[in-house]
Amino acid sequence: MTQGRLHTIVALVENRPGVLNKIASKWRQRGFNIESLTVGHSETPGLSRMTFTVDGAAHDIEQVTKQLFKVIEVVKVSDVSEEKVVARELALIKVNAAREDRGAIIEIGNMFRANIVDVGTDSLVLEATGNEEKIDALLSMLEPFGVRELVRTGRVAMVRGGTQTVVAPSTNGNERHFRSAGEGKPKLGSLI
Amino acid sequence: MTKLNGAEIILECLRKEGVDTIFGYPGGANLPMYDALPKYPDIRHILVRHEQAAAHAADAYARITGKAGVVWATSGPGATNLVTGIANAWMDSVPLVCITGAVVSWLIGRDGFQEADITGITIPITKHNQLVLDVDDIAPAIAEAFHVATTGRPGPVLVDIPRDVQQQMAEFKYPDRVELAGYHPTIEADPALVRRAAQAIDEAQRPLIIAGHGVVIARAADELKELAEKAQIPVITTLLGIGGFPGSHELYQGMPGMHGMYWNNIGIQECDLLLGIGMRFDDRVTGALKDFAPKAKIVHIDIDPAEIGKNVKTFVPIVGDVKAVLKQLVPQVKPARHDEWRAWFRRMREEHPSIAIPETDKLLPQYVIKKIYELSGPNAYYATGVGQHQMWAAQYFWGDNPYSFVTSGGLGTMGFEVPAAIGVQIARPHDVVWSFCGDGGFQMTLEELALCTEYELPVKFAIINNNYLGMVRQWQDRFYNGNKQSVRMFQPDFVKLAEAMGIQGMRVSDKAMVESSIEAALRHPGAVVIDFQVDEVEDCYPMMPPGVSLSETIEQPPVKQPEYAR
Repeated sequence: MTQGRLHTIVALVENRPGVLNKIASKWRQRGFNIESLTVGHSETPGLSRMTFTVDGAAHDIEQVTKQLFKVIEVVKVSDVSEEKVVARELALIKVNAAREDRGAIIEIGNMFRANIVDVGTDSLVLEATGNEEKIDALLSMLEPFGVRELVRTGRVAMVRGGTQTVVAPSTNGNERHFRSAGEGKPKLGSLI
Repeated sequence: MTKLNGAEIILECLRKEGVDTIFGYPGGANLPMYDALPKYPDIRHILVRHEQAAAHAADAYARITGKAGVVWATSGPGATNLVTGIANAWMDSVPLVCITGAVVSWLIGRDGFQEADITGITIPITKHNQLVLDVDDIAPAIAEAFHVATTGRPGPVLVDIPRDVQQQMAEFKYPDRVELAGYHPTIEADPALVRRAAQAIDEAQRPLIIAGHGVVIARAADELKELAEKAQIPVITTLLGIGGFPGSHELYQGMPGMHGMYWNNIGIQECDLLLGIGMRFDDRVTGALKDFAPKAKIVHIDIDPAEIGKNVKTFVPIVGDVKAVLKQLVPQVKPARHDEWRAWFRRMREEHPSIAIPETDKLLPQYVIKKIYELSGPNAYYATGVGQHQMWAAQYFWGDNPYSFVTSGGLGTMGFEVPAAIGVQIARPHDVVWSFCGDGGFQMTLEELALCTEYELPVKFAIINNNYLGMVRQWQDRFYNGNKQSVRMFQPDFVKLAEAMGIQGMRVSDKAMVESSIEAALRHPGAVVIDFQVDEVEDCYPMMPPGVSLSETIEQPPVKQPEYAR
């Protein structure tokens, strides 16, 4: 596939079993490698919000977003790459922290507005939030001490200003809102 | 309100949807459904011999009736046997509702006997699928399945229901309407785009219509005819668009593409406006995309927004139901004559008679197919398999019976011909139904012949038997230095085989016997298998080799070396 730049795709999906599998299948069919994926609740009950970052040419991305929208449970898909967005990810970094290094690490953390969320005898866990570049920069500062463990959530994004990033279509006050089958019943594992 | 069990609820749903026929096969996980079946005598169950055939027969039934085809299968192997049939329906946008029994819910995910993750397996080949884990969800899930399968761009939907859920009791309540937040197919097109399309048509000197399966699915043949006649635009139909425009019409030009009419392939390269109506610019139609229709602006009408711009750059993109869009478009188009352009087609057709049959005493496959078309009357239906016989069947179809040609286009499923013809005959019990069979494809699904005897289906099977997997042999001859590998196989005696299934069998190897055998088959009240032992090495032309442009279509086969020299 043609390499393009990193795109941010936001999708609102019905919270039903198997949805993640269906969506992943559409990306796989088109040969995309997902750089990051986050899933969680949205402002609307019953709808989850997914944020993908993927590498690809604009035409390919457009095609795959159309394919994603064909998944019945996908309510809305937007490519927000051209929009002004707030984009953040969260990282937890477990770093070696011998007693003599602690002060330096805490100082670095402060510069990046990272919180110390756990202290061990020879380690610290930092929690940092920001865009990918900021997390990368923090990591490179911590690497000399020895990064033992790292977890990054991947990007979440929201369009700046009053407009909503993705909007679920109006249901005209219809209370049977987003699904007809088995509303409100607990499912064998939700979403996945 | 009285309570019903889940299986009865399934059948109540089918009744609500107006289903009169189910194609299926029983097994451990769908036994409650079969247990409930006698209480619904208005619903007929056709017992196939292999689940793949259930899906193909239901697929053909759906194409002919315009209703969703309904399929039942059990869990595990029953469900996985459906996969080819579901994929076939998916590729050709056919509405199917497949209801599979699943292992009891507490065994799901534990590799229970005959367990297969059929919802997982069918994700890429269904429009929608779901596993139902609560009896109260059955009715909404089936309502949703019919809604999704039959609206927008149709397609197969699978509902997987564990055996214990089929046995749970609940009140039956069918949803009045299905509301899905993420599913609102566009029917009427944007009027501004329709205006732009009309303007483009008015300005064109050499407009050309390629009509696809969308015209057939939307039953829009009349609207298409109105458009073509008003502006005098020549009409090409894709393989699946056959039957979407009257074959005898003077504007009709036949099929384009890999084995299409030579004049069409050149015509596409020469036109200045190409109207793709309910079609998807498949590679078998376009050839190399970079050289496709270089002089043309493209107006693309399709109900699936993902098809617009997928393969070709579009000048006017129109998303909507083909019938609705044509109704919007026709009044806005100015009457035109395009005399020169139509004369161009007439001249091309005289100079390049793509489907003229050579004079010979040999029994040529095209000759057999052409004779069947000539002798079967104006109301006959046809199903085909895949390969050379399919292409010839498409090339020589110039009939007027709308929506009467059923073939496996997108997936190209050999073996489709037998169960598909059975599905067509069930949908059209009083009409002549021919199955054009390859000798290879016929052997893939011939177990279904027994249905013709069991359900008194008078299907006429014409095996175009060249004793080769003909299309593969043609490619091996042409692109693999004549290295014919695994294309010749032991053949059973098809006449005896037919007789063993309770069907009349005939064998024809003499050209002089063709007409009388076809007439005898048409007179015979039951099913017939005719083994037409045709010339073994006849190739299918015109042919556009894979990967080249339409301009490089080869009109006639190269002069053949004698068989012993190859």
